[in-house]
Amino acid sequence: MVRQATGIGRNVQLLVMFGLGIWVCSSGLLGQIADNWDDIVYLSKQHMVLVGASGAAAILLGIPAGIWLSRPAMERYAETVMQVFNIGTTIPTLAVIALSMTILGIGFAPAFFGLFVASLLPIVRNTYTGLLAVPPHLKEAATGMGMTPRQILFRVELPNALYVIFSGVRTALAINVGTTPLAFLIGGGGLGELIFTGIDLMDTGMLLAGAIPTAALAVMVDFMMGQAQLRLVPKGVNPLR
Amino acid sequence: MIQLENLTKTFTLPSTTIVAADKVNMTVPSGEICVLLGPSGCGKTTALKMINRLIPPTSGRILINGEDTSGLNDIELRRQIGYVIQQIGLFPNMTVEQNICVVPKMLGWDIKRAKARAAELIDLVGLDPRQFLHRYPKELSGGQQQRIGVIRALAADPPVMLMDEPFGAIDPINREIIQDEFLKMQAELKKTIMFVSHDIDEAVKMGDKIAIFRAGKIEQFDAPDKILAHPANPFVADFVGADRTLKRLRLVTAEEVTDRNCPVVSRRATPQEARNAARSSDSRIIVVIDADHRPVGYVTAEEMEGADGSITDFAHALPATVPVRADLRAVVSEMFANDVMWLACTDDKGRFAGIVTQPAVTAALGETYKRSEMN
Ligand SMILES: Nc1ncnc2c1ncn2[C@@H]1O[C@H](COP(=O)(O)OP(=O)(O)O)[C@@H](O)[C@H]1O
Ligand SMILES: [Mg+2]
Repeated sequence: MVRQATGIGRNVQLLVMFGLGIWVCSSGLLGQIADNWDDIVYLSKQHMVLVGASGAAAILLGIPAGIWLSRPAMERYAETVMQVFNIGTTIPTLAVIALSMTILGIGFAPAFFGLFVASLLPIVRNTYTGLLAVPPHLKEAATGMGMTPRQILFRVELPNALYVIFSGVRTALAINVGTTPLAFLIGGGGLGELIFTGIDLMDTGMLLAGAIPTAALAVMVDFMMGQAQLRLVPKGVNPLR
Repeated sequence: MIQLENLTKTFTLPSTTIVAADKVNMTVPSGEICVLLGPSGCGKTTALKMINRLIPPTSGRILINGEDTSGLNDIELRRQIGYVIQQIGLFPNMTVEQNICVVPKMLGWDIKRAKARAAELIDLVGLDPRQFLHRYPKELSGGQQQRIGVIRALAADPPVMLMDEPFGAIDPINREIIQDEFLKMQAELKKTIMFVSHDIDEAVKMGDKIAIFRAGKIEQFDAPDKILAHPANPFVADFVGADRTLKRLRLVTAEEVTDRNCPVVSRRATPQEARNAARSSDSRIIVVIDADHRPVGYVTAEEMEGADGSITDFAHALPATVPVRADLRAVVSEMFANDVMWLACTDDKGRFAGIVTQPAVTAALGETYKRSEMN
């Protein structure tokens, strides 16, 4: 069922992109977009570095943080921390970026930091709730069989929470990719430069030169995450398989 | 052998303290099943979990095969104790084979040996290794999952098993089947087992000994027949139920009360031969058997007096026969169903093995009461 639905979604996506392509070609916009080729290449690289670096940092910090919060020793504080995090997720990402600028000034650093914070929350939250949702009797059986706490975490808890954790990462990266064009506003560069400048100058070609790669990146990242979730989550606990 | 000495557990809550186990003393000899039985909340699970230290004891000692377990660390201790719980707890992310191999791998077995063991065990519970080893738990029925749960606990061949209501979540029909299978397995494996149950019928069936708990204390620790025949106090009597004597029927097989001296004659015998047979064994009933020694009918001594002709002219059909292995509950049920006072028994090959009579059944059940009156 689920797989079928995403299959249909993908077909629709392809169709829309195909239509867009025809429109872009026929209206002569292709030439205008191609005029920006050097910028596209340069800014795409910058853009992907921002996405990659902030996303990777969020995963590398978020998952251990979620694990740590789910440990019994943290039980007393974890809920409070999660409350704060939940409030954090209601803040619009543009505001997060702006706040980041007030602290770190302009340039790569505040852009990186803002994106990192915006993608961190769903990862921590899903890791934490995913681990807590592992049925207690699985942990009891594992303990009773003589597994060490470490073995229980890696062989039982994480594999059983993996699907939920992956969903968190997928959401986080979607937020990240969607927010990265805003990095331009605080001097972080990226494809936002073409989009916003294109809007300012009412230059549709330039605007599309920024928007199309941004959209393509979003589709690609989501596709890759979907595939990873399908293939890396063990079969016995993967609702997609 | 498992020995519990003054084993005590108190839970301290902000408002009260609960004594979940109160100076529990018991010994389970090697190769026996001891059932911890009692109403919900009486401390059975607590007593059990102290043995593998899922619950640390407040005081008291636990010895396994004479060795005080407090010298072992938690991990070492648990790896040599099989543990089965009601919720089964198969790891859904692992295949059946991986589930079974968890403990052997932790104990450092090589992969080949562990896998061979998994295949051997799965065969033991009547499932096809080729078909089941690579399935995931969600691809199994409840009964199949529970069988895997049991053999996973047996994987590293631990001398001791702890089972907390292992068959509690299975429907009654499958539960009977799994219990029988498990007993058959236990007859070969001879593990020392602590088995928690809240069901008196299960306890009587599974236990070599039963410990009846109330509020953390053992009220009676005895063989099932003793508990049913001589409950130590009104609590135990009430718990085992007003029909406790009927429950004892399950503990005795037909074989134990069969009268093997019942005379038999072949179908071709004459009434004269039947009379002689009856006279020499002083029996009213003469069973007629065929060439393969299978019971086919009966005649009575009175009918044979002065009778002439062929036995087959007089023979009555047998209303039913029972296997000697059947328990007395099945025998009595058969008697009531056919409104008869006796039944012919057959051995594994269907040959006549004697008769069971209602007086013999009541005598067997009554014996223990007479004995205790004389004491
Ligand atoms: N972790 C715990 N904290 C406090 N009380 C507990 C705990 N575990 C069990 N108890 C109490 O100990 C008593 C015995 O529980 P348990 O051994 O689970 O009973 P049973 O298995 O016979 O149903 C119950 O009154 C229960 O409420
Ligand atoms: Mg219990």
